[in-house]
Amino acid sequence: MTGRRLAQKPWWKTALGLVLTAFMLFPVYWMVNVSLTQTSDLRSDPPHWFPLHPTFEGYTAVFQQQLPALGTSLLVGLGCVALTVVIAAPAGYALALLNLRGGRTLNFLLLVAQMIPAVVMAMGFYAVYNSLGLLNTVGGLIIADSTVAVPFGVLLYTAFMSGIPRELLQAARVDGAGAWRTFRSVVLPVSRNSTLTVSLFAFLWAWSDFIFASTLNRNGELIPITLGIYNYIGNNTTQWNAIMATAVVASVPAAILLVVAQRYVAAGVTAGAVKD
Amino acid sequence: MTTTEAPATAGAPPGADRQPPTPRRRRGPAVSQWAAVGFAAPLLVYLILFYVYPLWRNIDLSVHDYTIRAFVQGNAEFVGFEKYAEVFSSSTFPTALWNTAVFTVVSIVFQYAIGLALAVFFRSGFRLSGLLRAMFLVPWLLPLIVSASTWSWMLNSDNGIVNSVLAAFGAEQINWLTSPDTALLSVTIANIWLGIPFNLVILYSGLQNIPGEVYEAASLDGAGPWKQFWSITFPLLRPVSAITLLLGLIYTLKVVDVIWIMTTGGPGDASTTLAIWSYREAFGTGQPDFSPAAAVGNLLILIALVFGFLHLQLQRRQEDS
Repeated sequence: MTGRRLAQKPWWKTALGLVLTAFMLFPVYWMVNVSLTQTSDLRSDPPHWFPLHPTFEGYTAVFQQQLPALGTSLLVGLGCVALTVVIAAPAGYALALLNLRGGRTLNFLLLVAQMIPAVVMAMGFYAVYNSLGLLNTVGGLIIADSTVAVPFGVLLYTAFMSGIPRELLQAARVDGAGAWRTFRSVVLPVSRNSTLTVSLFAFLWAWSDFIFASTLNRNGELIPITLGIYNYIGNNTTQWNAIMATAVVASVPAAILLVVAQRYVAAGVTAGAVKD
Repeated sequence: MTTTEAPATAGAPPGADRQPPTPRRRRGPAVSQWAAVGFAAPLLVYLILFYVYPLWRNIDLSVHDYTIRAFVQGNAEFVGFEKYAEVFSSSTFPTALWNTAVFTVVSIVFQYAIGLALAVFFRSGFRLSGLLRAMFLVPWLLPLIVSASTWSWMLNSDNGIVNSVLAAFGAEQINWLTSPDTALLSVTIANIWLGIPFNLVILYSGLQNIPGEVYEAASLDGAGPWKQFWSITFPLLRPVSAITLLLGLIYTLKVVDVIWIMTTGGPGDASTTLAIWSYREAFGTGQPDFSPAAAVGNLLILIALVFGFLHLQLQRRQEDS
């Protein structure tokens, strides 16, 4: 059935789809292409369309100079995931299944929180961290980055957990499980997919963050990779192959996640935007 | 909708069908309320410490005159709404407001139109359509600094690929990022590119909720694809469209990274939006000037909230229907 239907699908649509995708992804291709170009060829006119004489100079520079930054980004990303899940999962449980009084208001506040511009949060955090001595610390950056992911995480967990069949919870209660045990041994395992989606986005947002890094952490000893790239652009504008090589390396987590967890990505994008 | 896979029937517990337990009221509501508050407590503490407090400090910044010294010593003079008045009378204000409007409106209109066209195209289904649709997510997943710096290099006046292609067609060199005429256009183009995946995904999932029979009926009536789009797809997609556009609007108002990395809001104020203006005053120059920056930021919050409430209103109405 599907085979016959597919056979009827016109080939030109696939061809058009390929062309459109190529067009859309051209900047990504260009980034890879430039990252492999010899320094002497960077300014050739017209530019080389294909890396016919690829060089790994750029990548060597990345691994010589940016390894600590990659490590910092990894640390910040993982820290942000842990903080987000620890806060969001129990909150989702309280909102979805424990009939928290004032739950609607809280839900509303979380939606509003998502609309606050990061630049405003950055200024507030700057003032707070300045008095607390948290500027230029990895911990401070993890907290700031998590403010993007926590409201999203709570809303996503709440949406999912509301759909957990009540019988499941009642059965747990009949077996003598209190709220905590029900949460740990029933609700959390069942919500595994939501945890994956939330973690994925928390990681990706923290990894990609530029605003908080460039405001709260710019003089830190440990700077994340986004700031590494930014400083690179500021310092030597001639070595675009090295800059683009860093950019390619910084894109690796996104690429891995897209391949490994594509359906969670789509799930996360639609979360909060459309409900039914 | 697809946020959550159907709540896994996965492992209905062994005791599930033991007996339908009668709703038990032994535990008073007070007890379970304690549990609920306990589970929500980390979030409440978190919101107060890391949302309310920074935002409060931000308001505090905007009604005091915080010079760098006052910032360190913490003895800034209270000036009320003076900083807001300064912002409104600044020559940058009308420019920034206009740029914000242009950047936002042009971005979301094109993101939406292209996203919708692609969604309809992918909806028709063809070999490789799933794979290609996944590839379209790439721009959205890349760190913004990566995409923004790639676009910077592509739009480079002397060595950029864009000018090189245009030159092949005989066009003059365009100073995309360094000319006041094209700086805003350039960052808008990059931002449209960034937003297409988001629009595509949401509109695509909206399309999937339109039952196929509607189209079958229409094609029996002899409606062609064009007619079908305007008389079925577009009207039925209107609630999803409204929410997509509003969310796009709220996101785009906040954009800092792309513009800052590509042009830092320049040349002059040519690509300065409200968000960029705020960022530049506070962090972009050697001399941070937090008070006006905070004032602009609070203004931005107000604008975002207006559209935010509109969004919530729409969503609620959609849920009710």
